[in-house]
Amino acid sequence: MHLFLFLMFGAVCVGGAINLLAQRHPITSALSLIAVMAALAGEYLLLGAEFVAAVQVIVYAGAIMVLFVFVIMLLNAGEEEQTKGSRVAILLGVPGMLTGGLLIGWVVLRHSGTESVPIGALPGHPTDIAQLLFHDFLLPFEVTSVLILIAIMGAVVLASKPEASAGKVG
Amino acid sequence: MSVAFLPGVLQTLPQNADYVRILPEIVLSVFGMIVMVLEPLLDEKTGQKILGLIALAGALAGLAATWFMAQVPGVAFWNMIRVDGFSVFFHVLVIAIAAVVILSSYEYMAVQRIRAGEYYALILFGTVGVALMSSAVELVLIFIALEISSISSYVLAGFRRHEAASAESSLKYFLLGSFATAFFLYGVALMFGATGSTNIDLIAQALRAGPIPLLAFVAVALMFVGLGFKVAAAPFHIWTPDVYEGAPAPIVGFMSTAPKAAAFAVLLRVVFVINVHAIFWVIWIAAALSMTLGNVSAFVQDNVKRLLAYSSIAHAGYVLVAFAAAPQLGTSAVMFYTAAYAAMNLGAFAVVTHFANAGERYVTLEDYEGLGRSSPLLAATLTIFLLSLIGIPMTGGFFAKFYVFSAAVKANLIWLTIIGVLNSGVGAYYYLRIIVMMYMRESRKEIPVTPTPLALRVALAVCLVATLYLGLFPGRVLQYAQDSAQQLVPQTSPGVTSSAKVHTATETF
Repeated sequence: MHLFLFLMFGAVCVGGAINLLAQRHPITSALSLIAVMAALAGEYLLLGAEFVAAVQVIVYAGAIMVLFVFVIMLLNAGEEEQTKGSRVAILLGVPGMLTGGLLIGWVVLRHSGTESVPIGALPGHPTDIAQLLFHDFLLPFEVTSVLILIAIMGAVVLASKPEASAGKVG
Repeated sequence: MSVAFLPGVLQTLPQNADYVRILPEIVLSVFGMIVMVLEPLLDEKTGQKILGLIALAGALAGLAATWFMAQVPGVAFWNMIRVDGFSVFFHVLVIAIAAVVILSSYEYMAVQRIRAGEYYALILFGTVGVALMSSAVELVLIFIALEISSISSYVLAGFRRHEAASAESSLKYFLLGSFATAFFLYGVALMFGATGSTNIDLIAQALRAGPIPLLAFVAVALMFVGLGFKVAAAPFHIWTPDVYEGAPAPIVGFMSTAPKAAAFAVLLRVVFVINVHAIFWVIWIAAALSMTLGNVSAFVQDNVKRLLAYSSIAHAGYVLVAFAAAPQLGTSAVMFYTAAYAAMNLGAFAVVTHFANAGERYVTLEDYEGLGRSSPLLAATLTIFLLSLIGIPMTGGFFAKFYVFSAAVKANLIWLTIIGVLNSGVGAYYYLRIIVMMYMRESRKEIPVTPTPLALRVALAVCLVATLYLGLFPGRVLQYAQDSAQQLVPQTSPGVTSSAKVHTATETF
């Protein structure tokens, strides 16, 4: 049953990711990204990481994807056009990606010490995560606030009208 | 409700020394926020000057805080960061770079009429990121610090809002940079898979315990891709000329020195402390490619900013040569090189900034014709920086190259050294071309000569003194670099030196 669910979510995940790239219209791409995110949440749950699964659904499949869809709707983005460059990218990119993926897959499979671990043996409980987040990794957690501040400031700078910030054109 | 009731809780809180160990970062963040909050309260004209002064005070306070930090070496925040000679060196370097960049932006802000609050705040916050990168010993923290420095550079690159080239520069840097960061993160994840930890010391322990798994090698290689992008090493250098051409000139000075120095610091920890020396050939090829591609492409450039961009790729190659050498000598050579490169490159960009004038109009080689006559002092300063970039004796650039190549020779990297020395010869040509333009040609265009403001003079003086000091009296800085290299890569650990010897011995075709 466990294996079946794992394979099912995995298939949805990979299928969604391929569909995301194959689709021409941004909205359909965004919707397949939601499917990828939701399927990933299922995989996390199967691995016994309940907290990460819940966060994945709330933050990624929920909040971030809603923003994605909103932006696409607001910009009224149409179908993308295929250019010569994109054909070259497909011809070079697909084999390149396959080689890279297979190489890493082979390395990971060859890696010793990949025996299975019973569910619940690894910390995944919210208490464990709180211990990690607010004690062991307190500094990265706090420093992230600087990162967010910069991102907000960057959005303000780059989105403001140029007239408001500068008058003279060089 | 006193804390005395909660002794258990108190023990799990960070100690005072922990805060002192991140004091420079705290000080810089606080000043960044002050600048940010004050900006809307001041009117545009006076605001620029006051905000610039506050930002400068912030950078100087950061330097002072580094002195306090240096008094309490050790780890803080449960092995997140380590304060040692190595991190103090890079703290001083990047904060000094920020101070010089703020000084050289002073005139630029007034001419370009850029929003000063965000500009200075982003420089200060970006410095927090690069400073943290140099002291972090935990890959998760390194990643976040890397993102702080990257995102602030993406935004700063797009600050010339009227120029399409600036927007292009910002977007290109953002898209390619995010891609590169993803590689770094993937490498961190695989390293966690291979060793069960993201702490550099624990990883090093785990890898020393047995044969190095293939997975760890792939992990370091992926991290190298991410960091190689940041330092503009070939073949991850494609973005550099376009980004440097479009970004504001003082910011290019910042981007090509501070985040680069920090990325080299991280690379030193990753490559030499984790010591997966199977990465040797990857670095060898990247170094040879960067030096050759950078120098050859710089040959045909007419735009001075693009020329300096290719030159920075070439210099990244010289630094990578030291990474292929033995850990101890390599580390100190890298530290010396980043310091010397920062001094001369910042100086060169400060002159370019001033000379380019409003809207960065005068940036082609032709514009530099006759500069030696119209403003002799400025031309003389630029000449010294360019001579240092070539690696002429008496300048910092000479000893930087000398230590790198002597480390390489001691590690038996004969071929890499030959490629490097040949490349410095080729590089001399295009730097000399600028000097020839300045002194031996008559000016054909009417280019307004603006007086150099005080702030720029101070910035240039700092760079000049640093370049000449490193060229005439390199001993103290080198001694410091060697001492901190000793702390970083202890000679006693047998795995480090022996495996280095094995791999360097193979480099004889």
